[in-house]
Amino acid sequence: MNYSDVFRDKELVQGLAKRIADLTRGRTEPLVFMEVCGTHTNAIYQFGLRSLLPPEVRLISGPGCPVCVTPNSYLDRAIALCRLPDVIIASFGDMLRVPGSSSSLMEERAKGADIRVVYSPLDAVQLAAKNPDKRVVFLGVGFETTAPTIAGSILAAKAQGLSNYFVLASHKTMPQPMAILSADPELQVDGYICPAHVSAIIGADAYRFLCEEYKVPCVVTGFEPTDVLQGVEMLVRQAIAGESKVEIQYSRVVRWEGNAKAQAMLADVFTPFDAPWRGIGVLPGSGLRIADKYADFDAELAIPVQVEELKEHKGCLCGEILKGKVSPFDCPLFGGKCTPESPVGACMVSSEGTCAAAYKYGR
Amino acid sequence: MNNDLILLGHGSGGRLSHQLLDDLIIPQLSSVPVKGQNDAALLNIGGVKLAFSTDSYVVDPIFFPGGNIGDLAINGTVNDLAMMGARPLCLSVGFILEEGFSKEELSRILTSMRQAADAAGVAIVTGDTKVVPKGKGDRIFINTSGIGALEHNLQIDGASARVGDKIIVNGCIGDHGIAVLSAREGLEIDSGIKSDSAPLNGLVTGLLTLGPALHVLRDPTRGGVATTLKEIALQSGVTVTLNEESLPINPGVKGVCAILGLDPLYVANEGKLLALVAPERADEALEIMRRHPLGRDAAVIGEVTETSAGKVQMETLVGGMRGVEMLAGEQLPRIC
Repeated sequence: MNYSDVFRDKELVQGLAKRIADLTRGRTEPLVFMEVCGTHTNAIYQFGLRSLLPPEVRLISGPGCPVCVTPNSYLDRAIALCRLPDVIIASFGDMLRVPGSSSSLMEERAKGADIRVVYSPLDAVQLAAKNPDKRVVFLGVGFETTAPTIAGSILAAKAQGLSNYFVLASHKTMPQPMAILSADPELQVDGYICPAHVSAIIGADAYRFLCEEYKVPCVVTGFEPTDVLQGVEMLVRQAIAGESKVEIQYSRVVRWEGNAKAQAMLADVFTPFDAPWRGIGVLPGSGLRIADKYADFDAELAIPVQVEELKEHKGCLCGEILKGKVSPFDCPLFGGKCTPESPVGACMVSSEGTCAAAYKYGR
Repeated sequence: MNNDLILLGHGSGGRLSHQLLDDLIIPQLSSVPVKGQNDAALLNIGGVKLAFSTDSYVVDPIFFPGGNIGDLAINGTVNDLAMMGARPLCLSVGFILEEGFSKEELSRILTSMRQAADAAGVAIVTGDTKVVPKGKGDRIFINTSGIGALEHNLQIDGASARVGDKIIVNGCIGDHGIAVLSAREGLEIDSGIKSDSAPLNGLVTGLLTLGPALHVLRDPTRGGVATTLKEIALQSGVTVTLNEESLPINPGVKGVCAILGLDPLYVANEGKLLALVAPERADEALEIMRRHPLGRDAAVIGEVTETSAGKVQMETLVGGMRGVEMLAGEQLPRIC
């Protein structure tokens, strides 16, 4: 048995599911817990965990997929950049299919734009070193887990003296949207399944204010099936006892204070700003842009380009789905007009998107 | 969105490929109504029953652990014929070469083709070679077409699955896709995984002794086991229920998939077949496979549970139940 199999043990999982059922039996109102990390969304669908939980416990998905919360305006700028003759766009694969106002990067690639899928931002730095007559723009999207690697790529490009490497940065940071959701009177969330690897960077202390201000339980939870169910059980116990505190289920990785080195790197290369979230709006201090001292690497400043007028897609419920207010199955476009091969909204694109996971696993 | 362009996903073997076939290619080219899609056409020429198939090979990189584009081009078409229960007889080979391609590499590819054809017992009987200017191709593309003899009266096709059928695979899934991916530039992964590229006609000869108990044979190439089973479920109008625990998967494939966010159920195979067999003969089918060198790790991975509009579901490792859909677009790496 290898390390990950231990956390996928059928008996342990079923035992946890039974404990949760025993704890919640007879409740008239279901307990609603939200996960705010795309990897949790995917794991819950992939292992069919909802089918193991009693009707008294409902899991809903929040704004945890970095691709999904990236607004159209960002895509439109990336598309405008890729149309410049001397620009190579380097990106994680998921971004390619996300529809902008009138096109997508995948469509632009079919028309001849130079767009490369890379697995690490450092590959994009290498691409810049190999193509000195081109400008390489990396699409820097992601939460605090991805942002340090992109900070690292900027530092590497600087160390190598490269003047043709740029990042179009749209990083998001985690606790702020959870506060917005907690304050939303239309939304009942009885507890948060807090992200695993984001919390490894920012530390579990980051969620304390949520417990204090909004009286909502928070459990930092790992991604394996036993992790998720144990996290749910911890939330159930808090909810029943009327408690609201931060607990760490994922103690084999996450510390209260987080990763100081990664935090220092983020603080050096990036500056917090009021970031736009798809479907949610602009949230104060919820994103990271490139700090002024690294402005030469900021694609938005260094490569001026005419961006087309913003157009939102009619009927798409991505915004409501990202807030956990409706399920993908409630969206009139789901599975008809909006499918993974022809996505209308970003939630249908990324492997971590709620709609894509529901389409792939849920029906 | 502009839907006027061919995208890479149209070649993935998944849903987009199906749409392109159903919406554009088949309506314009087929002289007879097409019922479902099988791996080869069945022909009756003056009382002689033949299977006829064609396939083009554009794999990148052209050399990968466990094989190269040459043996792949032979095995792929041999397997398409074998999946109809036909005995592959002869192949044609068409090369499209890019100006500047190395003769030494071509020679290595030809050697592998010769060896693969000998191993499969097929003759290469005709061919064609074209050269395109540098930059207008990517080193080498190969097309092979093949003819096979149908020497039985069995109905073996994607529409013949029945409730109760056991689903058997002849070994570990996902090896080919992961071997090719690991060899791809920019992804320096030493997974130790080799492509499973192999001719399956020998294994099929053994399975044909099951007679009418053998209902479906399919090789889960592009789109992987998930896409192939979904095709069978749709063609036959049944629900297929997989058991995740019983899926044979190499630990190396599991590892690479975990790192890159891929699902082995969707990763391509080039030496695997799925056999749907009546339950009372399933043990025997498993025995036949395990006696063959290409079937040592054969396993029952699920069964046909009910009639439906065409559904695939899976009991997960931890006992949950989830749906399994066709591959959508390309398999993409995860973002965080």
